[in-house]
Amino acid sequence: MRHSRFPAAVTALCLAFFYVPILILVVNSFNSSRFSTVWGGFSLVWYERLIHDRAVWLALRNTLIVALGATGGSVLIGTMAAFALHRYRSRLQDYHYALIYTPLVMPEILMGMSLLLFFVAVGIPLGLATITLAHITFCASYVAMVVLARLQDFDFTIVEAAQDLGAGWRTIIWRILLPLLAPGIVAGGLLAFTLSVDDFVITFFVSGPGSTTLPIRIYSMIKHGSPPMINALSTILLALTLTVAYATQRLIGKAEVKR
Amino acid sequence: MASDPWPGFARPRLVGRRPASAPGELVLSLPSLLWLGVLFVVPTAIILAMAFKPADPYGGVGSGWTLATWRSLGDPNYPAIVWRTIRLSCIATVACLLLGLPAGYAIARAPFRWRQTLLLLVVVPFWTNFLVRIFAWKVLLHPEGFLRNALLSARFIRPEQTLMYNEEAVLLVLIYTYLPFAILPIFAAAEKFDFSLVEAALDLGCNRIKALVLVFLPGISRGLLTAALVVFIPALGSYLIPDIMGGPAGEMIGNKIAQRVFVDRHLPHASALSALLTLSVVAPMIVVLLTRASRSPAGLRRET
Amino acid sequence: MPAFLQFEGISKAFGEVQALRTVTLSIRKGEIFSLLGPSGCGKTTLLRVAAGFERPDEGRVRLDGEDITELPPNRRRVNTIFQNYALFPHLNVGENIAFGLRVAGRPRREVREEVQRMLRLVQMEDQVHKKPAQLSGGQKQRVAIARALINRPQVLLLDEPLAALDLKLRQRMLIELDMIHDEVGTTFLYVTHDQSEAMSLSDHIAVMNNGQVEQVGSPLEIYEAPLSSFTAAFIGDTNFFDGTVMEAVNGEYSLLGINGFPDVLCFNDRPRTVGDLVHLSLRPEKLAITRERPPHRLHHNVVNGVVEDVIYLGSQTKYRVRVSEYLLTVLRQHQRTLLDEQPITWDDGVWLDWHADDGYMLERYRERDEDLMSLPPNDSDEPRGE
Repeated sequence: MRHSRFPAAVTALCLAFFYVPILILVVNSFNSSRFSTVWGGFSLVWYERLIHDRAVWLALRNTLIVALGATGGSVLIGTMAAFALHRYRSRLQDYHYALIYTPLVMPEILMGMSLLLFFVAVGIPLGLATITLAHITFCASYVAMVVLARLQDFDFTIVEAAQDLGAGWRTIIWRILLPLLAPGIVAGGLLAFTLSVDDFVITFFVSGPGSTTLPIRIYSMIKHGSPPMINALSTILLALTLTVAYATQRLIGKAEVKR
Repeated sequence: MASDPWPGFARPRLVGRRPASAPGELVLSLPSLLWLGVLFVVPTAIILAMAFKPADPYGGVGSGWTLATWRSLGDPNYPAIVWRTIRLSCIATVACLLLGLPAGYAIARAPFRWRQTLLLLVVVPFWTNFLVRIFAWKVLLHPEGFLRNALLSARFIRPEQTLMYNEEAVLLVLIYTYLPFAILPIFAAAEKFDFSLVEAALDLGCNRIKALVLVFLPGISRGLLTAALVVFIPALGSYLIPDIMGGPAGEMIGNKIAQRVFVDRHLPHASALSALLTLSVVAPMIVVLLTRASRSPAGLRRET
Repeated sequence: MPAFLQFEGISKAFGEVQALRTVTLSIRKGEIFSLLGPSGCGKTTLLRVAAGFERPDEGRVRLDGEDITELPPNRRRVNTIFQNYALFPHLNVGENIAFGLRVAGRPRREVREEVQRMLRLVQMEDQVHKKPAQLSGGQKQRVAIARALINRPQVLLLDEPLAALDLKLRQRMLIELDMIHDEVGTTFLYVTHDQSEAMSLSDHIAVMNNGQVEQVGSPLEIYEAPLSSFTAAFIGDTNFFDGTVMEAVNGEYSLLGINGFPDVLCFNDRPRTVGDLVHLSLRPEKLAITRERPPHRLHHNVVNGVVEDVIYLGSQTKYRVRVSEYLLTVLRQHQRTLLDEQPITWDDGVWLDWHADDGYMLERYRERDEDLMSLPPNDSDEPRGE
């Protein structure tokens, strides 16, 4: 049968649509001119300025602190939740699933706004702590979903085989479940990490003085700052997220090959 | 995760699960139940409650209950913004489906080696920082930007026209942001679709267009629905995109909420708007769940 | 009768793979014509060329005298039964069957009547509102047949329609297909790898191998008079011997020299010259097996050997008999009169006897020999999967 070229053309168009703006941004980060319309020659001057910008470094430090905390917390909570959802069939787990699922579809601004009101009402001062708490809240759901998907492909007769061979629950968890599910848990963790590093809206609502994270810093630079420096910063962030994305794909891919 | 950032709405059918054995189940479920209970359910409840509270002049919340806040939402300013929010979200959804359908189809039909690469290319923007992606468009559409200068010199636009700070710019970036989310579920459905059905339709006298409408689209309807929801729902809650690209002419509900919180310090107003937004997010989900429940007849369930 | 559906020199390649090599076939109006061959022989590709899903690289397809090679599938008066049925999962039985007429924009009343007629034909009147997912394999098969036939196609194409069914159901559907054909009289082009299906259903069979047609003929001709070693081996079981023509006997017969055998008399189906290298093909059921040496009869061959294996198959018994370097397969039907006799068993010395007309001399080709080696074990008693 003859195939129409239309779908392929649209796909090419979509991909161009995705990448042209990003490419222009990357190219401009090496442009010595302040203005994107003029090519002033290749230069690393914006990267140099960026390196000497103390506010950016501080923001980066804050971001990493929050991301590490959010990853640890959400992996712990999310993995346990996934196990419960997978293993038990009860009314409680139906509610549990709804509770895990809803934050995924809730607009971020609602979550940010509600957490802000909550923290103010309870009297927790806004800062890195509140940001981390907020991030754990939305990351846990993502982790739970990723691990749950893994668990569904997991052959639980292995566990029975281990029991049959005399393993206790401690052994089963540490020697069987965690090693086999590690790719899923790590993938969930990486997702939590990138989501946390990326998040702006929720962070914007629950951040306080001195707790500026990188996205918030970028936001204020976009609003009143120098575009060339954001170009450079964006390019670095792009490179970093691409590395993480690639690593995750490899991990998932490897796990699939193993299975 | 990479291939399906938005898992299905229905709780997946799980095999090999056991009936509750109370202690283990509680130990495993409690952390998430408590955490989300305190940091998700309670705050959401606070929002709903606060919408019925009067505001005090110092930016806090007064005592007693009132419907005044809701009444003030009738102010002509709000309906216009609500209408714009819904309109832009709908247009963005339709546009993403129109682009995502051929793209998802093409990727599903591509040879396996190509398919992996194409999929990765679609997923990568999703992994890229949200702000960075919006900023990239700001650079492109900027009044002094390259695109506007090009269009100006080609006399496509008049000097007083700008490409940014209007509804169209917001719409463009909405589509840009959510298109990958639309392509993925359509691709997933198309990949599972049995294309011999299309051959059967051609064999029975359909031309290509008829085969597409009568067989392919119904076959991937679930993917289309998921695609529509994963664009429509976040688009409704947009804040950052209209904030950066829109200006006053492109404001959406999200911007009004932030304004009420940070600028006017009128929390009841912000809460009422949030409640409204929650409602408009939950409504399409309920509709979808209901139509799905009615669509699978009892006979089918018995047999599986 | 003149040809109705004609393939004229059809070639088709998929990349490096040559699926069809100048295939020429003609199919008569109203007959059941089977394309039979192992998987990958090109039979499905030929069917898809007829349906319009594949465009041949070379050659023409004619239907009732009209060249349809360039016609898209939806404009050919040809309908297909797909291997997995390809029923539309979102439509119920009635809607599936009505599909073709609805697309053609026929009036509602006519569609309803035709659907009823078809439901009666395939005995599915009480299942109209079920969805394909609720049907059994045999029922899906019937819906697929009704959905195709409602359009009154000039040719019905069936792509391994019974492959997905289990043995018992396959046998029943085979009879039903035959009955439906008798009733509607449409030309059937039937693709299968199962020789018993092809044999029991077809008026004519084209045996295909490696993108080419090996032989066309009635089931009887194909089985009793295979023209090539491939056909002989693919259709039913056979014993092969490497022989050399030693002497011509009064024009009709040749005397063959085969290692370890006394000279073997064999009918000439075409002129032979002394020194020709041939395969002798001998069907297992053509060999009579006895404990006592049979009396000498005109045009009969007799050899003796030792039983190495006895396989009881219920209706018949299969013996493996060693004669010098060859291990022959012999099939014997069970008969009442033989029951009293002491049965032949392992290590018995036996005599084999066959008529010279039951042996077939086939050309020896190097590449054909390799094909034969790669053939799957052929046993019509076993249910065969793909």
